[in-house]
Amino acid sequence: MIKSIFCGPLKLIALGAEAALYRTCFEDLDALVKVRLPKPYRDPTLDKMLRSRRTELEGKILAELRLKGLKVPALYYVNLENALLIMEFIEGLTLRDLVFMKGGQVTKYFKYWGVFTALMHETGIVHGDLTTSNVIVKDEEIYVVDFGLAKYSNKVEDRATDIHLMIRAVESTHYTVKEALLKAFSEGYKEVLGEQTFKELLEKVKEIRMRGRYVEERRMRKNI
Amino acid sequence: MIVLGIESSAHTFGVGVVKDEEPYILADVRSVYTPKSGGIHPKEAVSYFIEKAPDTIVKALDEAGIAIDKVDAIAVTLGPGLGPCLRVGATIARALATYYGKPLIPVNHAVAHVEIGKLIFRFKDPLVVYLSGGNTLITSLSEGRYRIFGETLDISLGNFLDTLARELRLAPPYVVSGLHQIDRCAQEGRNFLDLPYVVKGQDVSFSGLLTAALKLYKTGKVNLPDLCYSVREIAYSAIVEISERGLAHTGKKEMLVVGGVASSPVLRSKLEAMASVRNVNLGIVPPKYAVDNGVMIAWTGLLMFKHNISVRPEEAYVKQRWKIDQVDILWAT
Repeated sequence: MIKSIFCGPLKLIALGAEAALYRTCFEDLDALVKVRLPKPYRDPTLDKMLRSRRTELEGKILAELRLKGLKVPALYYVNLENALLIMEFIEGLTLRDLVFMKGGQVTKYFKYWGVFTALMHETGIVHGDLTTSNVIVKDEEIYVVDFGLAKYSNKVEDRATDIHLMIRAVESTHYTVKEALLKAFSEGYKEVLGEQTFKELLEKVKEIRMRGRYVEERRMRKNI
Repeated sequence: MIVLGIESSAHTFGVGVVKDEEPYILADVRSVYTPKSGGIHPKEAVSYFIEKAPDTIVKALDEAGIAIDKVDAIAVTLGPGLGPCLRVGATIARALATYYGKPLIPVNHAVAHVEIGKLIFRFKDPLVVYLSGGNTLITSLSEGRYRIFGETLDISLGNFLDTLARELRLAPPYVVSGLHQIDRCAQEGRNFLDLPYVVKGQDVSFSGLLTAALKLYKTGKVNLPDLCYSVREIAYSAIVEISERGLAHTGKKEMLVVGGVASSPVLRSKLEAMASVRNVNLGIVPPKYAVDNGVMIAWTGLLMFKHNISVRPEEAYVKQRWKIDQVDILWAT
C-alpha cells in the first residue's frame, strides 16, 4: 500500500535502534524513508503513542531547521498513522567513520558542527542524540541527521545535554584525539553564541556529569 | 595457573578459586550477611565478615582440593563498594599475599561482573547492560577500556523500583518468589496510563516518572495495578530502548546483561524480544553469578595476572568509587 508512492524499490540501508531506514526514489528524488517500527517489547498503547509523537515532532523540527537555512535533510512527506517520514537522502561518510579514518585531521568538521549546534540552539531546538554517528559529511559540508529525539527547548539543561552527549561520544569512541576535536567544536559554537554562553553551558555540563555515574567527580568536589 | 579471589564490597564475603583451563571454576564459597532490618549496616557486615572469613577461605581451598601454596596469586576487590566492607577483604588479601609470598591482584568489582559473564557465555566483545542495585549503565570495550555509552541520569532502575514499591506501600519485602512487588502488582494491570517516558540520547531518567506516578497515586483516583503496569512498561521499555541504541551505535553482535535487577522475567522477555529482532546473541547472567561472588574476582584476577598486573600490598588501597571506565583492559581486544 505504502509502496505505491515510490518510483523505485525500497532498499534497507540501516536498522536503527527505533526505526528502519530505506533508500528509495520518491517524486524522482533520491530519498530516505524512515519508519518507526512497532516494538514487540512495548505495550501496544505506549508503542503507538511513542511512534506517532516522535514522528510528528521530528517532522516539525526538520521542516523548521530547513526553513532557517540549516543543513538538515529536506522533508518530503509525513504519515503519522504509519509513523513514517520521507526525506532527502544525504550521501556521505559519518563523522564517526571519518574520525576513525583520519583521526585528528577532521577538526574543521567539528568546528562546523559547533556552529551548527549553536544555530540550532538559537532556534530553540535541541537534538537529543548529538553523536558523531549523526553527522554526515558531504561535499566538505556537514549535515546533521536523525532528529528522532529532538525537541523544542531553550533550557540550558537541555542544551548542555546536547554538549554532554557530544563530548561523551568523542570520549567513548575517539578517545585518543579527544582534545583537538572538542576544542574545534567549542570554537565553532562560540563564534555564534559567544564565549560567555558557552562557558555557562560547560558549567551545566559539569553539573550533569556530577550526577549519575560521575560520582567520583562529585565526591572529589565535596572533599575540597 | 590458579588464582584465589576475595570479594567483600557489600553483603557478600565470597572466596573463589579458578584455573586458566577447564573447568575454570574450582571453588565458590560465600558467606552472605543479611541485615535484620532496613539496608546494610556496614559495622554489622564488617563483624560478620571478620567472623566468617577464615572458614570461608579454608572451605574454598578444600573445595578446590588444593593447599594455599598451589595458588599462583591472590586477587581482591578494591572497589567500588562500601569502604568498611572492602577493607576486610583487602586486609585479609594483603596478609595472605605477604605471608605466603604471592602476587596481589587489584580487581575492580564492576569489571569482574562483566568478565564472569563473558566467561559463562564465551562472549568475546559484547555490549554490556549493567543493572545492579546501584548501577544502570550500558558499556562496551573501546580503545582498551569499558566505556560508558549510556546510563541513568539520576536514579538506578533497581532503586527506582524499590522506592516506588515502598511509597506505594507494597514493600518490604521487595521481592517475593523471585518477582519484584512492582511486577506482581502489574500483573492485574490492563490500562496504560500516560506517564513521562524519558530517554535522552543513550541515557534514561527515572526521577520524573517516579514523581508523576506518586502524584497520580495520591489523587486516589487511580487503579493501582494499572499504575504499576504503566510504570513498569515505561521503565523497562526505556532500558530496552537504550540497550538497542547501544547496539545500533556500537554494532556489537553480543549483548551481555549483568546484575541482579535483570532477574525480572518481564524485563528478560523484553530483552529477548529485542535481541531476536536485531539478531543479537543475548546472554543474561544467571542469578547465581549475577550476585556478588568470589569467583568473578578470582577470574578477573587471573586475566590480569596473565598480563603481569599486580599491586604491592602496601599500595593496595581500597577505592570506594572506582569506576569501570578507569580500568585498563589489557586482556581483551
